[in-house]
This record gives sequence, C-alpha cells and structure tokens, in this order.
Amino acid sequence: MSGMTDEQVKMIEEKALSIRESIIEMLIEAGSGHTAGPLGMADVFATLYFHALRHDSKNPDWAERDRVVLSNGHICPVQYAAMAHAGYFPLEELKTLRKFHTRLQGHPHREYLPGVEASSGPLGSGLGQAVGMSIAERMDNTQTQKFFYALLSDGEHDCGVMWEAAMLAGKEKLHNIIAIVDRNNIQIDGLTSDIMPLEPLHEKWAAFNWHVQEVDGHGIAAISAAIDEAKSVSNKPSVILAHTIPGKGIPEIERDYRWHGDPPGKGPTDKIPADKQGEFFLHELRSLRGKITGEHE
Amino acid sequence: MLSESAQLHAKILDTSPEAIPLRNGFGEGLVEAARADKNVVGLCADLTVSTRMEAFRNEFPDRFVEIGVAEQSLAVTASGMAAMGKIPFMTSYAMFSPGRNWEQIRTTICYNDRPVKIVGSHAGISVGPDGGTHQAIEDIAIMRVIPRMVVVAPCDSVEAKKATLALATNGSPSYLRLAREKTPVMTTSETPFEIGKAYEMWRADMPQVVIIGCGPVLHNALRAAQSLANDISVVILNAHTIKPLDTETIARLAAECGAVVTVEEHQIAGGMGSAVAEVVARTNPVPIEFIGVHDVFGQSGKPDELMEHYGMGVSHIIDALRRVVKRKK
Repeated sequence: MSGMTDEQVKMIEEKALSIRESIIEMLIEAGSGHTAGPLGMADVFATLYFHALRHDSKNPDWAERDRVVLSNGHICPVQYAAMAHAGYFPLEELKTLRKFHTRLQGHPHREYLPGVEASSGPLGSGLGQAVGMSIAERMDNTQTQKFFYALLSDGEHDCGVMWEAAMLAGKEKLHNIIAIVDRNNIQIDGLTSDIMPLEPLHEKWAAFNWHVQEVDGHGIAAISAAIDEAKSVSNKPSVILAHTIPGKGIPEIERDYRWHGDPPGKGPTDKIPADKQGEFFLHELRSLRGKITGEHE
Repeated sequence: MLSESAQLHAKILDTSPEAIPLRNGFGEGLVEAARADKNVVGLCADLTVSTRMEAFRNEFPDRFVEIGVAEQSLAVTASGMAAMGKIPFMTSYAMFSPGRNWEQIRTTICYNDRPVKIVGSHAGISVGPDGGTHQAIEDIAIMRVIPRMVVVAPCDSVEAKKATLALATNGSPSYLRLAREKTPVMTTSETPFEIGKAYEMWRADMPQVVIIGCGPVLHNALRAAQSLANDISVVILNAHTIKPLDTETIARLAAECGAVVTVEEHQIAGGMGSAVAEVVARTNPVPIEFIGVHDVFGQSGKPDELMEHYGMGVSHIIDALRRVVKRKK
C-alpha cells in the first residue's frame, strides 16, 4: 500500500498512543476542553507529523515547509501533542493548555505558538485559508513542491464558507491541497446524521471537482497511502474522508457524542464516576502499550 | 476660509464642482501600488468592474482571483494569500464585505494579523436607487471595533487614491471605505495625506466650533461653514482615518473651539462621531452634535434627496452648528 515498513507503522502507532496519553493528561490539567475529537484524530496527526509532512520542528518558519491548517481549532490538543512529541516544544509545556499566558491557547493562535499556521476556532474557515495559500504559492512558483493540508471536521461541513472554499479550490484545480476530514459522525448537539445529515458526502465532494478517498482513520498505512495518492493527483484538489471513532482508545467513551466538548472529570458519569475519569482513561490507554505490534498483526 | 495648507481644489465651492466617484481613485491607486510591488494581489466577489478592480485585473491577470459571490470565501482566501507574503486587496460592496463576512475578517485577518485590505465600495446612503439593502451605514462601526484594524474613509477620489497607496505599504489589516456616486473633488495631489493624521480644510479666525468629518459629506460641511461665515466661525477637520484616530489634533481643536459637530454618512451609533466623542469625553469634554443616520434604514431615491431626508444636508449641519453654539457655557 504505502510502501511503509511494518516497523514504520508500529513506530507511528506508538506515537499515536503517546499523543493520546498526552491529550488526556493535558485535559485533566486544564479542566476544560474537548476529549472525543482529539483522541479520534491521533492516528492522522501522528501519520502527518512523523511521516507525511515536510517540516522541521526546530525551524518552524522554514520557507519550504508544507502548511498545515487546522480548521476545527477545538481539537487542538491533538495538534499540540503531536507537535510536542515531534520536537516543536518541550512535552512539559503541554500542561499549560488553556492557562493564563500559555502558548497553547484553548483554540490555536498562530502568533502564540510557532508552527501553528493559522489561528482557528470559529468553524469553516480553515479550508479557504489553505486555498489562499496555494493560490499565492502558484503565483510565485508553478513548480512548487509544497503541499497545503487542511484538517476539517465533519460538523463544519454545515458552514457555507467551507463549501465556498471547496468550490474555489475545484475551480482553480489546486492539486497541492489535501483536505482531511475527521468523519467521526458527531457534533456538539448529537450525531451528524440527526443534526444536519451530510451524506452522500463522498459524492458531494466529487461534485465540487475534488479527488475523493475514504480511509480507516485509524489505519496508519491506509492513511499514509491515501496521502501518497492525494499527492500524485495533478489536476484537482484532494480530500480524504478519514472514518474515525470519536474517543478512540478508550472503549467506554468511543462513539459517544456526549464526550465531544467535555474533559475527563466533567463528562457523562453513567459509566465512570467523574472523579475516576482521568485516572481510568490513562489506565485504559497505558494498557494498550505493549499490545501494539503493527496493524498487520 | 479654505485652509491654505490643505491646498484644496480651486473650484471646490463653485456651484458645480468637478465630480468623480471615490472608487475611481481606488482603481488608479491599486494599479500604481501593484506596479510598485509584485506582492500586491487582487480578489473580487463578482463586482470587478463596479468596484474598479478592472484595470488591475487587465494589467495583472495572473495576480487576480475571481472568488464569485462568496464574501466569506473572499476574506479567508485573502488571509491565506497574505500568509504566503501577499498584500491582498479584496473588493466588494461594503454591505457584503465587511457586512457579510465580519467574523472571517475578525478571526482570519485581524486575530491572525494578516495585512489584508478590505475595500468596501458603495458605502453610505448615497448608493441611492438600489435601496436600503445596499446602503452600508454600519460599516465603520463594525470595522473600527476590531483590534488591529485600520479604518480609512477618504473624502474624494484623489484622497481615495492616496489612501490606497498608503494602505498597500502599512503592513496592517485595513478597511477602505468607498462610495459609488460622483462626488465633488475637494483635494489635490498637493493636499497632505498621512494615515492617522487629520488635517484642516477650513479655518476662520477665533473659531467657535470644530466640525470633524470624513467622506464626501465633508463637502456639505464646507458649504455650511461658507454660508455661516459671517455668523459662526468654524474649523473643519478631515478625519479621514477613523482608526487610528488623530486624538491629539481632535483634543486640541475641541479645547480651542469649545464645541464639536461631527459629520458622516453613517449611523450615528458607533461611527466616526462616536470615535470622536470617545476622545473628547476623556480629554476635554465640550458640547457635541452628531450629523449622521438616526438608527433607521434607508430607501430608494436620488442621493441628494436621501442625504436631505436622513439629516445629512447642508441645512442640517447649519442647524447643528447653531445648536452646539447655544449649548456652550
């Protein structure tokens, strides 16, 4: 598939697990923030920061870097954790999430943290910024090697501006745009299928003149292969619908939309009492370590 | 009398002064700015001709992006282009941009600190026959309240051109307010223009009132000052930059004259007059009268009819001057 070795896949799976542990530790310390989305996207972020991206964590302003625009800023704990594990800043700093004077704002601010390309939070606006970056790059360099990644949620497909940007990217045939959609089927008020049905999502994107792929958002090799295929498309932008499980890694909260916006300790208590949630989540994740032997097992 | 240092147009007070739309000055300025800096780019939301971006598009087709009727996309795309080092000018009608895309401007342009230039044409009630849906009379308020945003409302086409050139190099998110109609040319190429620096257009001896205004409606202020010349002595200050406001000059003139009349083609709430009042109240409180739209929507009509009906005509300014003088202690 991706040309990744089993060792590479295993290494990234372990990074994803470390990222998940960091996410829970950060949220416990912060006492607020989103749990389900960041856990669900850990495998995609690990694949990006430890395999797919052209970047330099010690030189975040490197002009030739790929650009990553996180549109649904509320899942920033996963980006912060991935960046810290990739060496952008010390792991210890993760515990400052959402605190006064932190570089790790509750929703990311590019001026606070080098390596964040665009401040985000209000949904729908990330794709268009990546589109603008790609258009500007083409004006200067038609042979560019840069890729422009836009990380999107499924819920923000409700926003008109996102489709405006999708239309523009299709019109402009921006082949170096790679959008990755966190298709976890939940949003704050419930299931996307109840709140605002998105299907047929694949066909919608295709109708906007995008190259569309669907992958298991927890399959490292599959994600990597999809990104490789997206990079090879030369006449249209690419979108990867990554089917993810919100809360992935902690079976007791997986797929439960009620965990969209709450941190451990403040989530639903029908399965785990509030005061046990943080400890329990970390235990669950740590018990996975040692079980990882590569997805081919 | 006309302030000599302003070097204003010789026929400014003729019965039929030369008249050119503000947007034309923007169009000329943009081409000039683009010739000077290859990073100047243009984006438009399906109004390229009427916002006067056409000349730029024709000369620099590779630096122009047609966004379609999608003003939110206009803002976020411009932000992304600025992230790669461009100086984007994005145009539409003020009612749609910044009217429709305020949050995208706040988050992706100002919060992100990207030097995008938001050019809102057809601002004000003088858009006329198109009616209330197209008359942006809240734009100054919603732009000046956002941190980092520079807000400029030029008085004529000559000043609009200067403002365009100045904003191309100021490095900040900026809003440029333009108008559709032909309006009197009041200034010349010699008239001073600097962002953040207001200047006097008119000064009588021993002034009793300072009129602080912006935009084409300043011409009505000049007419009012002229007709009251033997009665009330006036200074007229062109506060073309509403943010950053020239607080030093405004505070000094409020102290010197002891009364203020603000004049703008905008809602009284939140506009330039409000910005002036914020300064005067904390520096040298004196009576203020406000000329502008009184918390209502506009309607179809000829520009002059509408300006008169909604209280921004010469007679309204004269009345305000008389009122404010009476209020002085």
